[in-house]
Amino acid sequence: MEFGLTQEQQMVVDTVRDFVEKELYPHEAIVESKGHVPPEITRDIRQKVLDMGFYAANIPEEFGGGGLDHVTMTLLERELGRASQALSVIFGRPSNILCGCKGEQVEKYLKPAIRGEKIDCIALTEPDAGSDVRSMKASAIKDGDDWIINGTKHFITHADEADFAIVFIATGEEQTPRGPKKRITCFLIDRDTAGFEIRDGYQCVSHRGYNNSILNFDNCRVSSAQILGEEGTGFDEANTWLGATRLTVAALAVGRAQRCFDMAVEWAAERKQFGQAIGKFQGVSFKLADMATEIQAAEYLTLGAAWKLDQGLPADQDIAMAKLYATEMLGRVTDETLQIFGGMGLMTELPIERFWRDARVERIWDGTSEIQRHIISRGLLRPLGA
Amino acid sequence: MKVLVPIKRVIDANVQVRVKSDQTGVELTNVKMAMNPFCEIAVEQAVRLKEAGIASEVIVVSAGPAQAQETLRTGLAMGADRGIHIQSDEDLQPLAIAKLLKAVVANEDPGLVILGKQAIDGDNNQTGQMLSALLGWSQGAFISAMEKDGDLLKITREVDGGLQKVSVKLPSVLTVDLRLNEPRYASLPNIMKAKKKPIDATSPADLGVEVAPRVKTLKVTEPPARAAGVIVGSVAELVDKLKNEAKVI
Repeated sequence: MEFGLTQEQQMVVDTVRDFVEKELYPHEAIVESKGHVPPEITRDIRQKVLDMGFYAANIPEEFGGGGLDHVTMTLLERELGRASQALSVIFGRPSNILCGCKGEQVEKYLKPAIRGEKIDCIALTEPDAGSDVRSMKASAIKDGDDWIINGTKHFITHADEADFAIVFIATGEEQTPRGPKKRITCFLIDRDTAGFEIRDGYQCVSHRGYNNSILNFDNCRVSSAQILGEEGTGFDEANTWLGATRLTVAALAVGRAQRCFDMAVEWAAERKQFGQAIGKFQGVSFKLADMATEIQAAEYLTLGAAWKLDQGLPADQDIAMAKLYATEMLGRVTDETLQIFGGMGLMTELPIERFWRDARVERIWDGTSEIQRHIISRGLLRPLGA
Repeated sequence: MKVLVPIKRVIDANVQVRVKSDQTGVELTNVKMAMNPFCEIAVEQAVRLKEAGIASEVIVVSAGPAQAQETLRTGLAMGADRGIHIQSDEDLQPLAIAKLLKAVVANEDPGLVILGKQAIDGDNNQTGQMLSALLGWSQGAFISAMEKDGDLLKITREVDGGLQKVSVKLPSVLTVDLRLNEPRYASLPNIMKAKKKPIDATSPADLGVEVAPRVKTLKVTEPPARAAGVIVGSVAELVDKLKNEAKVI
């Protein structure tokens, strides 16, 4: 069993960490205060990442991406996870699902996305279809060679910046042994398509500046050429390409927790009360010990799941465990760090309150903790017929 | 023209250095190490010379323990062509390193050696100057700009009180200051290529250089803590304190 990093992996980690600290941290305060990333900062960061050849590092080399394996990509996501999500997203990891592009879609969507010329967003969630995603109401009706789409998506992060959206839409129903099931189709829809509107979403306490939008489709006409994959194969495409997305959330949680924890340790060693460093009180030092243990456990779970993906082994349960544990861990670590900082931890002068706020969404998006537990337990019980 | 760039592995510049409890040195256990920042500037400059068609090959060289190879790989990921690792677990001091580099220069015959002006650990600021003396080559220390002009290099040196512009004849030894350039991040393609680039291993014995330390470290201690300052109420009070307490005016 090999736990060490290769020299390449170590250099990826060092380079990305260095970039995050020098190019992203300095803009965090301004993003928090403005609620968005100023466009000139976005342009500057994106250009630097393109120059470094790190843009689209997640996309296989055969398509023109960086071609990093899952373990290395997870390490990269861990380092990016340290910084504000609104800024780290600019580091450019186009959705893997674009690798399913065929024919003209390759030149129109996949390649510009890899070159940083077009930005994508993914739209799945609806007001009445969260965890129960198949209950989606957004639907398309065939009209000749076109499809007419009606419906609403919400919580669509990054849509404000997007040039096109990767949208999952119901295109009918089919009978299955387990009852009727909606056929889901994945469409690529350009921002300026008639009948398609992207408007501001809600104010979220987590990840300020990483905005969510509402997507409205009102008799929006798109041609069959805009379907990614085939009609009715939307979830197959998603399963083929998006499987590892949850792992990036786990990796983010580990990186963010480590940054937060490092501040907790430093504070515990320097802050004096009752004549000594507060870290000398067991009430604080034991918290640190538990936090360090949990961060490491989450890291091994996350990298272990990534390793399984690289080996081509089934990893759904492992990814669910990593996502569940790492995000719950992040909630505890940010909360305990805030407790160690005391009142100062709640002040916006320090980033602790932000880490604490940001952590809350990680247990919800990309599959709630409850959905992850469902995946894990299903894997345990299904083979036994239960 | 080959360009040789000696580089050093040091404690990362962002790490808060702590003295070991037995005062024999600084704590290195579990401490993040990185390429000396001035060496990064030297590598960047050499790579730029190659990109400008002035240098034909960039060779990074490092003397030190096995882990120095990681630093060499970083240099290769920044764009250097190959590396030389002078394996040694000794406490290598500037004169020893300068002698080792002289031996490497004899083997490689570079037209230019570019070094950081100093390493941020020992802050000795000696190796480049010693190497220049041992080789009998021209020397330009603390440079913040350089430009090729025929067989000469026009350089700008950061000296006390301003900038000095001089021309040096090649071959030359240059040491670089902070403002010469902004080193690039290692690129992903270069990180992936770095493994395939060769690193030749050698040793002080192979190079015929005696490296035993000539200076002995007796004790390492923290600098004394600085006393807290005071906020003065007025300019008059400040002037009074400068005159009568600090006695500087």
